[in-house]
Amino acid sequence: MVLRMRDPFATLVAVQRAMDNAMQRDWFGPLTSGRGAYPPVNVFERGEDFEIVAELPGVKKEDLDIQVKGATVRIHGKKTVEYADEASVHRHERVGGEFDRTLTLPAQIDADKVTADYRDGVLTLKLPRAASDRARSVAIN
Amino acid sequence: MAPREVALQEKKELAPAQERTEAGKFYSPYTDIYETSDAVVVAMEVPGVERSAIDIRLDKGVLTVTGNIDPKRYEDVAPIYSEYNVGNFVRSFTLSTKIASDQISASAADGVLTVRLPKAREAVARRIAIQ
Repeated sequence: MVLRMRDPFATLVAVQRAMDNAMQRDWFGPLTSGRGAYPPVNVFERGEDFEIVAELPGVKKEDLDIQVKGATVRIHGKKTVEYADEASVHRHERVGGEFDRTLTLPAQIDADKVTADYRDGVLTLKLPRAASDRARSVAIN
Repeated sequence: MAPREVALQEKKELAPAQERTEAGKFYSPYTDIYETSDAVVVAMEVPGVERSAIDIRLDKGVLTVTGNIDPKRYEDVAPIYSEYNVGNFVRSFTLSTKIASDQISASAADGVLTVRLPKAREAVARRIAIQ
């Protein structure tokens, strides 16, 4: 169900509801490799193409590495959480460390046409479906 | 020793004592607060919030930070798999140390908002020399 934003008051609630409906943990199933589950990702469809959005606040662009091959996407890097020297810490909720996550999408991706945009701690990957993996209409004789 | 891996943190949904007039879920951003000799620094993770959509207020010793995300970014896409939800961020803190409110500064980078609250002169600890 594609989201259509008509009513300005309902937009954020509609997005949240759609995300709730799509929330599962086992979609990737046994196809996911790589350690751990960070960063959390949302996968969208835009027509035939995929869009992966991941939240990585505090990760610098130079510490982030993305690789695409076939139908898999690998996001890895490190997140550093730093304090000033001689700081007395009142609250410590943010965690840092390394991450390495590989996702397998249900279709082959055209690796040359993948775009990655990283802004305000959110990584958006636009992954066009490979031409070889597009459905073709069959003419009936 | 193997490098430490980042642990996955679930988004903290806010269930405030008073309901908000806007509908939808709100989240409490993961926050670090630390104090140096001359300032209190608050670092909040607000991914997806542009700097223009951040509101920081200090009123009667209570610091309130609000960060709004742009739902239009999700127009024309259909979610097929979701691990986290999105929403606006809100968090307030009562500041115990005296803060020089006219010198508060904030910066935002990579989805992390850092608010620097310099301590008022009287609140900075002083060493007393013994004659």
